[in-house]
Amino acid sequence: MALTSSIKRDYLYNLAKNGKRADERKFDEFRNIEIETGLISKAEGSARVKIGNTQVIAGIKMDIGDPYSDSPDKGVMITAAELIPLASPDFESGPPRENAIELARVVDRGIRESGVIGLDKLCIESGERIWLVFIDIHIIDFDGNLFDAASLAALAALYNTTVPIERLRPNLEKAQEKFPSISNYLEEHPKDFQLPMNEPPISCTSVKFNDVIVLDPSLDEEEIAEARLTVAIDKNGDIRAMQKGLNGSFTVEEIKKVIKASIDNGTKIREELYKSAGK
Amino acid sequence: MESDIKLIDDDGKRLDGRKADELREIKIEAGVLHRAEGSCYLEWGGNKVVAAVYGPREAIPRHTQNPLKAVIKGKYNMAAFSVEDRKRPGPDRRSREISKVISEALDKVILTENFPRTSIDVNIEVLEAEAGTRCAGLTAAGVALADAGIPMKDIPVACAAGKIGSEDKDGKKIGGHVVLDLGKQEDNFGDADLPIAISPRTGEILLLQMDGHLTLEEFDKALDLAIKGCNIVSKLQKEALVKRYQADVEVD
Repeated sequence: MALTSSIKRDYLYNLAKNGKRADERKFDEFRNIEIETGLISKAEGSARVKIGNTQVIAGIKMDIGDPYSDSPDKGVMITAAELIPLASPDFESGPPRENAIELARVVDRGIRESGVIGLDKLCIESGERIWLVFIDIHIIDFDGNLFDAASLAALAALYNTTVPIERLRPNLEKAQEKFPSISNYLEEHPKDFQLPMNEPPISCTSVKFNDVIVLDPSLDEEEIAEARLTVAIDKNGDIRAMQKGLNGSFTVEEIKKVIKASIDNGTKIREELYKSAGK
Repeated sequence: MESDIKLIDDDGKRLDGRKADELREIKIEAGVLHRAEGSCYLEWGGNKVVAAVYGPREAIPRHTQNPLKAVIKGKYNMAAFSVEDRKRPGPDRRSREISKVISEALDKVILTENFPRTSIDVNIEVLEAEAGTRCAGLTAAGVALADAGIPMKDIPVACAAGKIGSEDKDGKKIGGHVVLDLGKQEDNFGDADLPIAISPRTGEILLLQMDGHLTLEEFDKALDLAIKGCNIVSKLQKEALVKRYQADVEVD
């Protein structure tokens, strides 16, 4: 982790005392969000999300695989995140470390637990063949708030995804020799089709330092933060997931404040997401 | 294998409509990342590549330090979603080799002796791959290094030439055509690939690899063609850098 100079820390504290942030945002204001989809034509779906200077690319690849024995008629999703050294002087190449694993798991949980991907519609032959959905997240420019940027990129990429049945038809035809009823599936799905999706929750992260809570922390704010709270809000304004991080604490009032800010901003971010998905 | 594809027709026109000495479309943008000291986004045909430079900074682990000069740590990495079948994340033998030859090529033009005990990290990320990623990566790295203000003798640039269509429909050997900048099908079904990197000011060759089969005569022709390609790409690199820093002046 990079050292933050005490000068920078004092500077941010003093600004906050006067109700200000270094980039002149309000405490409960997100940075500008940009979503671009379909930029990687080799991928089944892709998206680039910018939150301020933070930049994340998510790509979806799909393949045919074997189901888990406890869910024989459901597709399988696998999420991986790479903090590649391109994005920050502190990231190193090599197998994913703690931070990348936490990031991938938080994104994965947000998508899996709220059933964003219609995994039940991704069964080809019950107990034998299902669709695998690989979500790969690449951080390419790191200026704080990876959780929100990575989740949003994964969602935008999933909305952009078509199931590549035309490309993988030869594999299925081969499997058909062993499982003849796959022919029904092939007949029902002659063409590539949109990945089945359900309403996603939107994640908003806040951090606390001294007695100040700021939404969508920049890297500097993240580095001096004592506590972090991520809240995922669904379309009805209900809470779908929360995760607290770091060794500081929140009061009940503070948590309520964070939730309110997350609901307010979640609605706006959802609109951006829908716009990028052409909905 | 669809080896019966005709890669080049009788008028010398290639599958994607290019002439023998024509490059794919290239787009270069300098200074695209916020954190990096220097960066570059480059599209070369269907290739999409980002390069970022960090340093010079203390080389870690310390046993990698050189008391007389900076070490160039090039890292070439492919995104899992950059190719048809998902690539397993992380370095493999191929990407390690490419990292090594790119690092060595860059080392030659950078004034490494100015920064003893440091490393200059050049990270190349392939977002989408379609034949010729090492040339695209090295070209992007050259722009990113210049954008980072790393002192260099020259901006390195890479381009490939190759040979296609040396068999007719019945598999009989015929002449074959030496062409510039192989596309995807040409790379898969062609007969030779010759990627090179040069220092365009002096014409020194910084990287050279070859696979396939070329006669001496064809090699001369291919090398000549690849150098011509490098010089064209070099102009685009410089235009991208000028554009980046011209804009800065206008804002002020």
